[in-house]
Amino acid sequence: MTLTALPYLLALALMIIGLYVVVAKKNIIKIILGVAILDYAVNLFLLLLGYRDGGTAPIASPQQAASSDTLATFAAGSVDPVPQALVLTSIVIGLGCLALMVSLAIRLHEKFGTFDMTRIRELKG
Amino acid sequence: MTTWLPLFVILPLAAGFLTPLAGRRPGESGGAARGLALLVGAVLLAGSIALLGSEPAVYWIGGWPGADRPSVGLSLVCDGLTQMLLVTVNAIAFCALLYSWSYIQRYTGRALYYCLFLLMLAGMNAVVLAGDLFNVFVFMEVAVICSYALVAFGVERAELEAAFKYVVLGSVSSLFVLLGIALIYNLTGQLNMALVAERLGALGTERGPAVWLAAGCFIMGFGLKAAMVPFHAWLPDAHPSAPAPISAMLSGVVIKAVGVYVVCRILFNVFGLNTPAGALYANVLIVLGTLSMVIGVFLAIGQWDFKRLLAYHSISQMGYVFLAVGVGAAVLATDGPRPIAALAIFGGLFHLVNHATFKSLLFLCSGSAEYAAGTRDLHELGGLKYTMPTTAGCCRVAALSIAGVPPFNGFWSKLIIVVATAMAGYWILAALAAFVSFMTLLSFLKVQRYALEGPPPERIRAIHETPVPMRLAMIGLATACVLLGVLVPLHRARLIDPATRTLTEPRLYVERFRPPDQPHMGTTWAAAVKELQP
Repeated sequence: MTLTALPYLLALALMIIGLYVVVAKKNIIKIILGVAILDYAVNLFLLLLGYRDGGTAPIASPQQAASSDTLATFAAGSVDPVPQALVLTSIVIGLGCLALMVSLAIRLHEKFGTFDMTRIRELKG
Repeated sequence: MTTWLPLFVILPLAAGFLTPLAGRRPGESGGAARGLALLVGAVLLAGSIALLGSEPAVYWIGGWPGADRPSVGLSLVCDGLTQMLLVTVNAIAFCALLYSWSYIQRYTGRALYYCLFLLMLAGMNAVVLAGDLFNVFVFMEVAVICSYALVAFGVERAELEAAFKYVVLGSVSSLFVLLGIALIYNLTGQLNMALVAERLGALGTERGPAVWLAAGCFIMGFGLKAAMVPFHAWLPDAHPSAPAPISAMLSGVVIKAVGVYVVCRILFNVFGLNTPAGALYANVLIVLGTLSMVIGVFLAIGQWDFKRLLAYHSISQMGYVFLAVGVGAAVLATDGPRPIAALAIFGGLFHLVNHATFKSLLFLCSGSAEYAAGTRDLHELGGLKYTMPTTAGCCRVAALSIAGVPPFNGFWSKLIIVVATAMAGYWILAALAAFVSFMTLLSFLKVQRYALEGPPPERIRAIHETPVPMRLAMIGLATACVLLGVLVPLHRARLIDPATRTLTEPRLYVERFRPPDQPHMGTTWAAAVKELQP
């Protein structure tokens, strides 16, 4: 086990915490926080996949992009930009979901006067 | 034809953002918004029908993988399966929009309703067209976030509670999908589905356990979106709480476009079945499908809320689709006789199309009953065949279709599924499928007995038939139910056979949609790095 595995363990721990909160907590706000933590865990994992120890920013200069050989050398020494692009998109989507959840929570509190999921029971069966 | 493919996404997306502007004028009744939405629906339906039977096509966004560029481009692909889903999605959407013309006038915020509806439609069209995994994820989120908001559209107690459960479970399942995509990217360095399939094929037995984990994430994530048992808990709350045309869209097409379609595409075309894991994937589909089929129908039997009963039947009927597709996959994975596999998959896909028509129709009928009578409790309804003859007639057609009574469409697809399952050697499952069909019939006899027959209760004796657009939408879907059943020999060659072929011959996907080789660096960053590092 090397130190490079530590960030992955952090992602795993966050994921487990997030899932636990979503499943076990009864308070709507805590459930929303659980989803957010799970979101961060997956984003962190995705970002780690593209990380390279000591890698440079993935922006090639015109000289580096001149031929396929220099470009490949450059690619080997820089971090992978694709997961970063994916994470940006995923963060925006997560923000949308989060905003929707919070607005639903506000409306639920208006109607039921509580954030307790066990007391919000209109639907059954 | 290829250059028109992006319009299936662009048109509803653009119209979706225009409708709130149309609704901003004071005194506006939503007329401009609903006109625009219906026009877009009609154009998309016509376009998807024109696309039927055309050659498989691929569209590169921005022309990126041109002759001398690295393939960093995104693609839209259109093969038989996509064409079938496009027609289904856009046909149901058109009927739902026509129905909304009158139905949604009772709500406030109509322009926003059409905005969310069109964005959801854009998301679904893009999911079935997407050629790479990450776009599937992004557009799935576009579609489902709109559906979360639409479930809560009534902003009453039940709607809000259902929407909150739906959004939490939906977000968790989406994150599992994203985790699966991350694992696949790390393993193959690709996101384009054709290239992922090629890489996974090249890796062969060296794929390692990561593929299993990714497959588990996908089955859980998309299975939750498709409401497979044991991931079904949100559906009976969410689908009935939405306005009726949205219930029709959710049960009719959303669970198929972002659930069933993606599961089939990924397991058949991306992961492939000719591997040691192929048989396992197939068995997982069969087990989950059988569970959904049986448990869904037993939960439906005891329901007295019309829409909730329909929602449980959606779980059960999706079970049929998964069972049939799983049986087909199992036969393919074990190198069994291909005609039997093709028959099973044909039955599953045919049932998918049929379920979209009759379940949407049933939700629209329940919406009409609620619109006129103000209730959807079967105890309080009755005698609709006297007071609302059109609604009652359409409801009867749909009930007979879902119960599998000849000559309606549900009969043929269930018959094919039962026969193919038996031919593949799963006798017990074939018997179970026939038994569940019988239980479905009982359940819908109850609906007919309590909602349509008998003397109308005092309270709802004076109700009238619903407005013309709502009736037109229902009659259109009822006609589709009959024609899809009677004209099987005519439409199968254009509608369902090409879709079946994309699943029975999964390698075709790679040959058709693989981007051209790049003379520059490796296909992607990760591939370039892997070539250089020891």
